[in-house]
Amino acid sequence: MSLSLAHVSVDYDGVPAVVDVDLELPAGQVLAVLGPSGSGKSTLLRAVAGLEPARGTIAWAGQDLGGVPTHRRGFALMFQDGQLFGHLTVGRNVGYALRLRKVRDAEARVAELLELVGLAGYADRLPGTLSGGERQRVALARSLAVEPRLLLLDEPLSALDAGLRERLAGELRDILVAAGTTALMVTHDHEEAYTVADRIAVMRAGRLVQSGEIAQVWAAPADPETALFLGYARVLVDDAAQRVLAAAGLPPAPAVAVRRSALTVDASPGPGRLHDLRGVVLSARMTPDQVRLVVGVEGVGELDAVASVGAHPAAGEPVRLVVDRSRLAVIR
Amino acid sequence: MSLSLSLPPAVRRPASLVALAALPVVVLGCFFVLPVSGMVARGFWPDGELDVGAVLEVLTRSRTGRVVWFTVWSAGLATVVSVLLGLPAAYALHRLDFPLRRTVRALLLVPFVLPTVVVGVAFRQLLGESGPLGFLGLDGTPVAIVAGLVFFNAAVVIRAVGASWESLDSRPAEAAAALGASPAQVFRTVTLPTLRPAIVSAASVVFLFCATSFGVVLTLGGTRYSSVETEIYLLTTDLLDLPGAAALSLVQLAAVVALLAVAARLRHSADPSVVRVPSRPRRPARTDLPQLAMTVLLLALVAAPIATLVVGSLRVGDAWSLGNYRALDSVGDQQALVVPVTDALVTSLRTAVDATWMSLLLGLLVALAVTRRSRSRAERRLRTVLDGFFMLPLGVSAATLGFGFLITLDRPPLDLRDSALLVPVAQALVALPLVVRTLVPVLDGIDDRQRQAAASLGAGPLRTLLTVDVPVLWRPLLAASGFAFAASLGEFGATAFLARDESATLPVVIFRLIGHPGAMNYGMALAASVVLAATTAAVMLAVERLRVPSLGAL
Repeated sequence: MSLSLAHVSVDYDGVPAVVDVDLELPAGQVLAVLGPSGSGKSTLLRAVAGLEPARGTIAWAGQDLGGVPTHRRGFALMFQDGQLFGHLTVGRNVGYALRLRKVRDAEARVAELLELVGLAGYADRLPGTLSGGERQRVALARSLAVEPRLLLLDEPLSALDAGLRERLAGELRDILVAAGTTALMVTHDHEEAYTVADRIAVMRAGRLVQSGEIAQVWAAPADPETALFLGYARVLVDDAAQRVLAAAGLPPAPAVAVRRSALTVDASPGPGRLHDLRGVVLSARMTPDQVRLVVGVEGVGELDAVASVGAHPAAGEPVRLVVDRSRLAVIR
Repeated sequence: MSLSLSLPPAVRRPASLVALAALPVVVLGCFFVLPVSGMVARGFWPDGELDVGAVLEVLTRSRTGRVVWFTVWSAGLATVVSVLLGLPAAYALHRLDFPLRRTVRALLLVPFVLPTVVVGVAFRQLLGESGPLGFLGLDGTPVAIVAGLVFFNAAVVIRAVGASWESLDSRPAEAAAALGASPAQVFRTVTLPTLRPAIVSAASVVFLFCATSFGVVLTLGGTRYSSVETEIYLLTTDLLDLPGAAALSLVQLAAVVALLAVAARLRHSADPSVVRVPSRPRRPARTDLPQLAMTVLLLALVAAPIATLVVGSLRVGDAWSLGNYRALDSVGDQQALVVPVTDALVTSLRTAVDATWMSLLLGLLVALAVTRRSRSRAERRLRTVLDGFFMLPLGVSAATLGFGFLITLDRPPLDLRDSALLVPVAQALVALPLVVRTLVPVLDGIDDRQRQAAASLGAGPLRTLLTVDVPVLWRPLLAASGFAFAASLGEFGATAFLARDESATLPVVIFRLIGHPGAMNYGMALAASVVLAATTAAVMLAVERLRVPSLGAL
């Protein structure tokens, strides 16, 4: 029981939107397709749902879904803005698929699902009276009511504000795990992908660039663009890369991606070691947790670094930086 | 739609389009393209031989030039006056809050659906020698015709521009005022540019209605002033000059198609980024007095002919009497009619019911077919062409259509001369564009992802339609049926050709009564006009209560 895509391509009027994508998603796992807007990730999702005609093979449990219309696929699709039916109450929205199948005890099941998404007692409200976050929860409950073989999530949290998005991402993960749902999620937000998914696949310009377990992809981005998209602050090449790798005690490589927090100001006294990076603070900005610095480093150029709040180095001060090698990714 | 479930999506989409559009296309083909082309062919091949010269000769006649020029300037003038009178009223009725606002709005909408024959009779009654405004000597002049056209079409401007004005975000105007713009400058620099698409589109529709108006010009202009539409009628019936009628029909068709294309282009260029926020109407301030005064003037302009008509119908000789109404169950002086007016009313209602269900069925299928989401440019183009195809009845002279019916549907396999369905079918085709234009904006406004959401939850195509489209569609559908019913009740051009004497409809009977000498006949015509006007007005007021925003947005 798994979703497998082989050589899937989608065109819009001859303009390729998805190009030759191969992908496997085992049952019970959550896969996040990560990509900037216009990368074709939503189109891929819609092709899986049967809403876009695609070339190649989209199969579930070995069965080709080519001629199967959307409503027979058993894949529930949840939209960015929920797309609740405005004239139906929350309860009737959630129970929609149950009524289609004439399920008995639908009301009990609806109450259960609303409980699961934290909206117990909302059954008689109309969607128009809900907040954005509540609407997305209803949409999730409505999709789960189908007991879908595969849940398709199209930017499920993008329409929400930052704080709510973070909280709901965690809840979404818990709900998907509790329901044992196989899910394919599309998002442009890497934090959201890390929180919700087991595996990620990175798309760019219609092509699948990289896929695998989160830690795996995270540790070894396929190329500089992917690294930047995954949240690395800078990608260094050539001499700059060698300097930073040497400071981290790593063997030379053509390029290295650096997290902001990979470089910390070493406030300890003493001359330091041979390969330590030395430079001058160009700018400093306080945040509640740390001081964010831009440092001009000899032989490297500008680098992002952090210092503890107590240290508060000012612009113009010389500093010594130590490298946390777990926060680097070598790009080969 | 459901016939092709096992086909791949690439085949299923066009297949569903064909399935939806098949019936309307066949009907329009049989009952519109065939009669009209038959009629035109009769003009080009008068004696079985192609004679293009005769057709071209018609276009060089000085009378043809006069007719075309009269059509253009009278319609143009009527359009300008309609817009100038309609704009202040649109503002007053859609942005201001005052007592009886909704009633005034509904009253100003009534003329639009009044049967043209009734309006003609009312204006003759008002402007005629013995009428209250007879001293102006306007009877039979172009001024009377333009006034009649404005009477009809100011409602269209109020309706179309008002809807747009009502939902206009007031914040840009407030921002301009905060930057130091006077109310007049705000109107000129902010409000007018935002409203321009609505105004231009309303004006083009009004021009179209004016240029193809039949009943008003025929009853008010007689033979002295003729528009292209009435000239086709006169050439066909009185002079039996079919090449002339064919030539003018083609000219008219080409002009209307061009106009519709321009209107569609203008409609599409409306700025989609304009925020639509219905703002609350406010109490009128002193600065709103000019607009309110214009609204009152318009109301008077609309009320005067109707009031004169009603008063006239209640006078027999020099005394008040219901005699004209009591005479409606007779056939008039000197056997002016074959059946009593009351029978004609029953025939009208029965025909209108048939025409309504036909145009609703066809219009619904067309609207569904043209609003489905297109996958490719070719598919989108196909849907646009279909959309335009079903607007064609707007552009063809009702006389051409009616006469075409008679000469092409008279032999097997389509021998319908004696069929009771002939008149309803013709009326349904005339009402079809109104139905389609009422439904299409509503269906277009549905986010297609709603349907996709339903499908992904396991709903089949029919169930998706029930869940997503029907809840939004039933009110516009009711409104469209009211519209079609009213249009069918008042239809005169095609019906005048097709209805036989013993099954004449009310507008045909009224026209016959005013053409027959005798004071009694004229009184009966007035009474019958009041009955017909009251019936259509009642239908339209019921429709207005449904508050469908896109009503008649052509």
